[in-house]
Amino acid sequence: MFGLENKDIRMLLVVAVLTLCAPFILNPFPTDSALAQFNAGYPDLMQRFVIFGIFAVGFNILFGLTGYLSFGHAAFLGVGSYSAVWMFKLLSMNVVPAIVLSVVISGLFALLIGFVSLRRSGIYFSILTLAFAQMSFNLAYSVLTPITNGETGLQLTLDDPRILGVSATADGSIPVTNLFGIEMRSTYEMVVGPWAFQFNAGYYLCALVLLAAFYLSIRIFRSPFGMMLRAVKSNQQRMNYTGLNTKPYTLAAFVISGMYAGLAGGLMASMDPLAGAERMQWTASGEVVLMTILGGAGTLIGPVLGAGFIKYFENIFSKINDQVLHSWFAFMPDGLEDFVVFVVHPFIGKGWHLTLGILFMLVVVFLPGGLVEGGQRIAKWVKTRKGNDDETPGKTTPAE
Amino acid sequence: MDAILLQILNGLDKGSAYALIALGLTLIFGTLGVVNFAHGALFMIGAFCAVTLQRVLNFSYEDVDESQKDFLGNALKVKTPYVEAWFGPEFGGAIIDWAVPLAILFAIPIMIAVGFIMERGLIKHFYSRPHADQILVTFGLAIALQEVIKYFYGANPIQTPSPEALSGVANVGALIGMDFVYPVWRIVYFFFSVVIIGAIFSFLQFTTFGMVVRAGMADRETVGLLGININRRFTIMFGIAAAVAGLAGVMYTPINSPNYHMGMDFLVLSFVVVVVGGMGSLPGAVLAGFMLGILESFASMNEIKSIIPGIDQIIIYVVAIIILLTRPRGLMGRKGVMEE
Repeated sequence: MFGLENKDIRMLLVVAVLTLCAPFILNPFPTDSALAQFNAGYPDLMQRFVIFGIFAVGFNILFGLTGYLSFGHAAFLGVGSYSAVWMFKLLSMNVVPAIVLSVVISGLFALLIGFVSLRRSGIYFSILTLAFAQMSFNLAYSVLTPITNGETGLQLTLDDPRILGVSATADGSIPVTNLFGIEMRSTYEMVVGPWAFQFNAGYYLCALVLLAAFYLSIRIFRSPFGMMLRAVKSNQQRMNYTGLNTKPYTLAAFVISGMYAGLAGGLMASMDPLAGAERMQWTASGEVVLMTILGGAGTLIGPVLGAGFIKYFENIFSKINDQVLHSWFAFMPDGLEDFVVFVVHPFIGKGWHLTLGILFMLVVVFLPGGLVEGGQRIAKWVKTRKGNDDETPGKTTPAE
Repeated sequence: MDAILLQILNGLDKGSAYALIALGLTLIFGTLGVVNFAHGALFMIGAFCAVTLQRVLNFSYEDVDESQKDFLGNALKVKTPYVEAWFGPEFGGAIIDWAVPLAILFAIPIMIAVGFIMERGLIKHFYSRPHADQILVTFGLAIALQEVIKYFYGANPIQTPSPEALSGVANVGALIGMDFVYPVWRIVYFFFSVVIIGAIFSFLQFTTFGMVVRAGMADRETVGLLGININRRFTIMFGIAAAVAGLAGVMYTPINSPNYHMGMDFLVLSFVVVVVGGMGSLPGAVLAGFMLGILESFASMNEIKSIIPGIDQIIIYVVAIIILLTRPRGLMGRKGVMEE
């Protein structure tokens, strides 16, 4: 099916089920229970899961396959966002032309940057991409203000000259983004007993795009092109000595991953039509590196897991406050309770980044393969513990 | 003419900060072969050493002073720092005033300790791992360190004034027969960095320890085979590099109020500096630091900005890109470093 092996089809199905049923999976707790704050099934957050999933999948095509560590990928995301918003301002509120333009523009941008940066490898490549991204970020803040609207960020106004469509709706407000009439923000709420599940049109658009992007990345990983990129990672010098010019391959990988980032940026702007320069800052590039490594670089499903993991904990951890902690540890004696809350306090709420930094260090030190390797190790451990008398495999983990 | 000199001076103080951080980075890279993304965090920790010392010196007790009355006729509460109570208002006040320079003494042991702990606890395990892994783990460490500082000191910049005597401006122009003034502290910063850079170079050049370290930088294995514990010396060098970054941070506090992400802001630039200078070349790092600092300050002149708008924002990156593409090893890079 789709030209894939059984193993890959299984993985694609897992991702499909995860994304399409996300409103159920992420909403396991009834709305009025104490655990409701761990629910992540609201449209805004779910959209971010899949959009950053796309971003990380694209980054992985470059970093995971070729080993080139780019520290400037957020620039492509920012460029994608800006071009999508300009499309909304000038052409129509339909998301299709906006997303197409953002992919094309960021692809061209990536071609330019990649052509120059890929002349060097290793840390020099990282610094070059970092320099280009910081340059775009600084320019977006200063000279390019007519295009980017500087610090305020680019947003829709009531007097946008929209060629296909109206500048303002009948009741005098800014029209909303849509896909051939389906409004991106329209949400259907299904109430089942104490649960409330939200199905958002925008989320499902993003989810379908993620599936397409993921499918494409499987095909790239399994293609001769993907094999060539892996060969670049393992020994570029030897490739050159055999008389092969690796530059077109690495450049293609760079452009593809830049287009993925642009796609993510375009989707981000389609969900919420504004774009700011802070999306291009190098710490934003760092974030996608974190996601990819945390999930497992070079694996197919790793980046998606990493993106989901980081975005989930970013939102949930930062919502926990001292009161919540006190209610959790209420069973302890008073002094001990206060002490535990005092110890945990720096790691939650605004201190979430501390947890992220430490977690990330632990992953790099102990699990270079990321969450995927962790899953594989657990599976292996379960298998060996069961011994030979039980042939059934243990907990199944995503392959690769 | 004096405008040009002023820009050179402006560039020198920013350039000295770049040069000091880049020097530390290069020391770590040249000895241990580790790409340290947490170096900016070390710079920041140094700056917060100064903040801490200033706060400690300002610990005070409250006293009711009967001689002073507020407008209702009640006795006024007066805060007296303990230091002033112990050493008398004259000397104690001077100590508080000179908190930032004093913080140098306070920061050196702390930074060396931080460096030792970092090297022995974390970086030691990454010698044989790929450079990408080193970048990633130190990047994680930098995030964690900066969050710890944010937790204790808050997110806002903290004012740390320089000593009263050094806080004004000096008529530098008078020395060369022209008329322009320049902040004293920035001149102090420049000379301070020259002293530190000179100290590091002469330490490496004229002591036995430095000689062994240089030999180890050239060929670590052979030095190890001669029965010298090169790893221990490299650990010490890591501590020294951390101290250099920390001192750069301490002295930078009066120029720019420290906040928790100042390290990240400097990190990117100092990496650009290191790469422009040539990975692993100490003179290259210093040269590139000053050069980029001066170029940056020239680019921010109005005359130049009116020709090429926005050049001040991107000049460093443009120069870095040009140099990397035309001189692949940077200005003074050695052959065979980071070329795998």
